[in-house]
Amino acid sequence: MQKEILLGDEAVALGAIHAGLTAAYSYPGTPASEIMDYLIRASESHRKFIASWSVNEKVAYEEALGVSFAGKRALVSMKHVGLNVAADPFMSSSLTGANGGFVVVAADDPSMHSSQNEQDSRFFAKFAQILCFEPSDHQEAYDMTRQAFDLSERMKIPVMVRMVTRLAHSRSGVRPGEPRSQNSLKPGARQCWTLLPTNARVQFRKILDLQSKLLEFANGSPFNRLVPGPIGSRLGIITSGIAYNYVMENIGDVEPKPSILKVSTYPIPEGLIKTLMNSAETILVAEEGYPLIEGTLKGFFGIAGKNLVGKLSGHLPLAGELSPEVVRRAMDLKPLPTQKVGDFKLSSRPPQLCQGCPHADTFNALKKALKGYPGSTIFSDIGCYTLGYYPPYNAVDSCVCMGASVGMAKGGAEAGIHPSIAVIGDSTFGHSGMTSLLSAAAFNTNMVLIVLDNCTVAMTGGQPSFATGERLLKIIEGVGVPKEHIRVIEPLPKNLETNAGILKEEIQHPGISVVVSVRECLEEARKKKKR
Amino acid sequence: MTSTRKQDIILAGVGGQGILSIAYIIDSAALKEGFSIKQAEVHGMSQRGGAVQSHLRLSRDLIWSDLIPRGEADMILSVEPLETLRYLDFLHPQGKVVTSSTPYINIPDYPERDTLLAELRKIPGSIIVDSEKLAKEAGSSRTQNTVVLGAASKYLVLKEETLLEFIRVLFAPRGEVILEANLKAFALGREAAL
Repeated sequence: MQKEILLGDEAVALGAIHAGLTAAYSYPGTPASEIMDYLIRASESHRKFIASWSVNEKVAYEEALGVSFAGKRALVSMKHVGLNVAADPFMSSSLTGANGGFVVVAADDPSMHSSQNEQDSRFFAKFAQILCFEPSDHQEAYDMTRQAFDLSERMKIPVMVRMVTRLAHSRSGVRPGEPRSQNSLKPGARQCWTLLPTNARVQFRKILDLQSKLLEFANGSPFNRLVPGPIGSRLGIITSGIAYNYVMENIGDVEPKPSILKVSTYPIPEGLIKTLMNSAETILVAEEGYPLIEGTLKGFFGIAGKNLVGKLSGHLPLAGELSPEVVRRAMDLKPLPTQKVGDFKLSSRPPQLCQGCPHADTFNALKKALKGYPGSTIFSDIGCYTLGYYPPYNAVDSCVCMGASVGMAKGGAEAGIHPSIAVIGDSTFGHSGMTSLLSAAAFNTNMVLIVLDNCTVAMTGGQPSFATGERLLKIIEGVGVPKEHIRVIEPLPKNLETNAGILKEEIQHPGISVVVSVRECLEEARKKKKR
Repeated sequence: MTSTRKQDIILAGVGGQGILSIAYIIDSAALKEGFSIKQAEVHGMSQRGGAVQSHLRLSRDLIWSDLIPRGEADMILSVEPLETLRYLDFLHPQGKVVTSSTPYINIPDYPERDTLLAELRKIPGSIIVDSEKLAKEAGSSRTQNTVVLGAASKYLVLKEETLLEFIRVLFAPRGEVILEANLKAFALGREAAL
């Protein structure tokens, strides 16, 4: 087939389609969003499979699990922290096992380009004791996703594909294979899928017993490649994922050539590691994320007679993503000469709210309403509005995880903070703010929740929101917020005084209030006009 | 350097300035001319008015890293003058800078325009084009990215006609007026770089 230029994310999506996908689910989150964006575009043109956004990652995971139960192939994709949200079904799905092929894509964001932490999803795969693939390039992203479906069906377990930002958002050529058809309906066995203790104990034993087979697969997989150096070569490099590319970028300058082991699947291929160890005196481990391979090799005591270098030895940084330069340095090579850089002071240009953004008007009104309340706290959430942290707004005091604003405002209020304000977007509210509001309403907590309804998931590219418009208002009323304390404002500069007044009234109300601030995202309105 | 087998380009600008459109045109043209490509982009939070860059690598050989190593870039192609300076340490000692001189001011401590231009002129062989003026002349102030692409086209390993072909592919669906403005912007930029 013809080569196609795809984002790493899109290569994963196409691999899933060609593996005979029946349904895919996801919640938007950088750097994973483009997997579902692509699947939705593809499903609209052939309508052979289902591709849809879900309310949150846990829901997405469970929807996909239902498809696997039914014997068909399912994909669930999310950013690394999304897997925290889906961790409950994820951990137990290694016990239920997969019936139809079940692939979990977790896209990590080392350097936190657009995230609140840089956790490494390979640890989650290890935690659940399942198989994990880590592609280095676009072709592998495609090929490994396809093979992940095969292995899921062969081993009867969910299989993870771990992506990172640099691959997810890089474009390159992929040569796709022949597509295959979907599975037919064949629901799973109830004793496997009903995790009552009597069944769960049996299922847990199965995943424990499977480990030796997973290891056998890893040692024999052609994706794990050991290229021995010439006789007498004393350096061995163990590398995986995107770090492999940085090693290879610099390898031309290394003499004599080292032995190189590319690790692409987990559990770590022990046999290949041992072979590499035999010939090498110094072993460099270059991996993107936390030092999983290096830490495993090092253990408590290190390896007698060997010099192990990597993140734990300080040769590579523990925080942030790797780059060709830092890997070059760890390979003991001199930096390349560059253009002369003067001492010109470069002002930084952080991201910011767009000109005319509705969030800016809400923050302006809120700051005005809070004048005279020095003890106020604004608990914020995940979305464009977190940028309200920066000047000129300085309007955000916290941002932790999806939905945290609501629960934190309740806790803060109960600890004595007044006014205790929560600010959350419509989609984040649907994702995991509404359950916390149910709790705050039940206790009639003295707090104000502001829902910024811009009718979309703006930061990740304008995916549809589930909790917007009329439905949003019904949810708020439905969880028990008194109707007279559900207020709707339109965030526009001309409404500044009115909006600040309404916010102030609700701040003064000694119980739960919700102010819904409704105006469409400018970027989305512009895109709609273009269409 | 000056190899025709590979070209590593840092595309720079501010979120919303159309960096990815330039990348699309260069990528597609490179592919048509038989190059392999890798192109690393910035998505997500940084796109909101922040500094954005794209690493674009074209090669007749296998490309390993998705990121251009510091010192390997053959060109910085930038739609914004301050953003050009941000990536100078990526540039090969004989690398080329093609940049707009039109500041995009959305930060309080933006440097004086003259100081900034003087700094850009210090870079040997830098091509500095007034993209705002030329884009207006082309009929749309939104074509500044295409002006700079036009200016860079003299120094790309790709043929002018292949680049023009993909300008058409990209902009034709947006209507005749937008397409014409971009074609003119490209021509004006190319002329300005002579």
